[in-house]
Amino acid sequence: MIEIFGKKATRFGFGDAIVELGKTNSKIFVLGADTACSVMLNNFSEMFPDRFVNVGIAETNLIGIASGLAIFGFVPFISTYGIFLAGRAWEQIRTTVCYSNLNVKLCGSHAGLMVGPDGATHQALEEISIMRCIPRMKVICPCDYIETKKAIIASAYFEGPVYVRFGRENIPILTNEDSFFKIGKANILKDGNDVAVMACGTMVYESLLAAEILEKKGIKARIINVHTIKPIDEKVIIKAAIDCGVVVTVEEHQIYGGLGSAIAEVLVKNYPVPIEIVGINDKFGESGDPMSLLSKFGLKYTNIVNAVFKVLKRKKKYTKRIF
Amino acid sequence: MEIRNLLTISANVRKNIVKMLNISGSGHPGGSLSAVELLVTLYFKYMNFNPKSAFDPDRDYFILSKGHSCPVLYSILAELGCFSISELYTFRKIGSRLQGHPSKNERIPGIEVSTGSLGYGLSIGIGIAIGIKQAKKRNRVYVLMGDGEQQEGSVWEGVMAASHYKLDNLCAIIDDNGMQIDGATKDIMNIEPLADKYKAFGWNVISIDGHNIGDIDKSYSQFIKGYKKPTVIIAKTVKGKGVSFMENLAIWHGKVPSSEELKKALKEIDKNLKQKLRNYND
Repeated sequence: MIEIFGKKATRFGFGDAIVELGKTNSKIFVLGADTACSVMLNNFSEMFPDRFVNVGIAETNLIGIASGLAIFGFVPFISTYGIFLAGRAWEQIRTTVCYSNLNVKLCGSHAGLMVGPDGATHQALEEISIMRCIPRMKVICPCDYIETKKAIIASAYFEGPVYVRFGRENIPILTNEDSFFKIGKANILKDGNDVAVMACGTMVYESLLAAEILEKKGIKARIINVHTIKPIDEKVIIKAAIDCGVVVTVEEHQIYGGLGSAIAEVLVKNYPVPIEIVGINDKFGESGDPMSLLSKFGLKYTNIVNAVFKVLKRKKKYTKRIF
Repeated sequence: MEIRNLLTISANVRKNIVKMLNISGSGHPGGSLSAVELLVTLYFKYMNFNPKSAFDPDRDYFILSKGHSCPVLYSILAELGCFSISELYTFRKIGSRLQGHPSKNERIPGIEVSTGSLGYGLSIGIGIAIGIKQAKKRNRVYVLMGDGEQQEGSVWEGVMAASHYKLDNLCAIIDDNGMQIDGATKDIMNIEPLADKYKAFGWNVISIDGHNIGDIDKSYSQFIKGYKKPTVIIAKTVKGKGVSFMENLAIWHGKVPSSEELKKALKEIDKNLKQKLRNYND
């Protein structure tokens, strides 16, 4: 059985973390773009109204103003729906924030399919890819409420631009206050040497569920929570590939350019093994309830189990070819 | 600082611009020359900016939103002593701190942020101005934009926000030279009536001749008096100002003078200065 500590949306982790930061650090500034209630900025704005700015529906201005605040010496946290933040204002993020190496923290909420009924326009499925490719940007996709809190607090003390991705829906809490978290360090949640399953965000829980099924079939999976996609933990990834010989990656994101691509980049250069990339297969999302969407788009634990079978079959062929 | 000194510095800055562009072999003379008087007056008379402590928390901030006009800014920063005049001649060369568009990476005193993609500077200035207000400080923020740049939607997001937050510590300057790469601004995408637009958005609007140092001087001093709202100085300028063969020709947006043309330009700038100083004495 997987031990879980209730359910809570990761966006609450963000909302609670900025309040905690606001209390202890007078340099923290928070900016929103008319979605303050949905992305959990309200507690902060009520407690620290003089360190909160709502720019209205204007994402490019949002990035510009945050950049100015960073130049003046504040640590701005900005949040709105991930796709509007990362997508609409991409060039400002690239040219103003990253090229100038400004200390701006970009917090993309409502990530992934699980935004549900709002449908494809609001489901951020591409931002890991478009944030990851910008020099100096760091990308974090925490797996639960507590890890999101830790990621936000850690990013406040991590100089330079950071993108943190979190979601709207209640999801299981897997970690606790004492669990280890460090930006750039992947966590091994379950040991095993038959296959390495590397996941981020909501897919960490699904991977743990998959591991239980696999175990019943005699397959021991190593489950790794790769919450930081950039800088990625090459050491843990390479070691897992050496130990297990096959890798499955899982993300609530397009299969192009996200976690799976990042891991493939590491392994192809260092220790190529068969990899299966589980994610959104080059499609737009759609309206629906979050869990049905995960099933429809192939992001449930059963899909992960199937990917493991597939990659293990490929391992056999691969080994035959080599030897 | 006296007007005659500002005239002399302006002439030196103009000469630096054409020289550095001749050596670099690429860059933007037109929009650099049109902003000379606006920026010389700002830096040498109004801005609290000390090149020796360029990152002093009490400094005034300048954002060059029209980043392609960096030759004028580099030239002024060199005149102020932020770096040597000879460094200007490394402009756009490999390994130079003086990138084709300003780069904060290079840690050049006076470059607050990287710019070059148009329509970003005003929002950045607004962020600094909000920060200053929150910190209950009195620094001021100046942002230089182009007229073509007013076509960017993001400018108007900023225009709205500056007024909403009553940023009386923010002064936008528009180098309205009437030209953009593809031709006259009014033909490509008309931005007029610009003053009315800014007024309608709740700004304090000052319209001036952007080459008349007396006018420029007055407009900055009006801004400093304070209006409880942001100020925009819409400065009518001439693209390529001070070099007759470049004036008002869109082709000189991104074309540099040959050595022959440089000689002509330098001679003309000196002649114009003499004339102006003589008029000023009379």
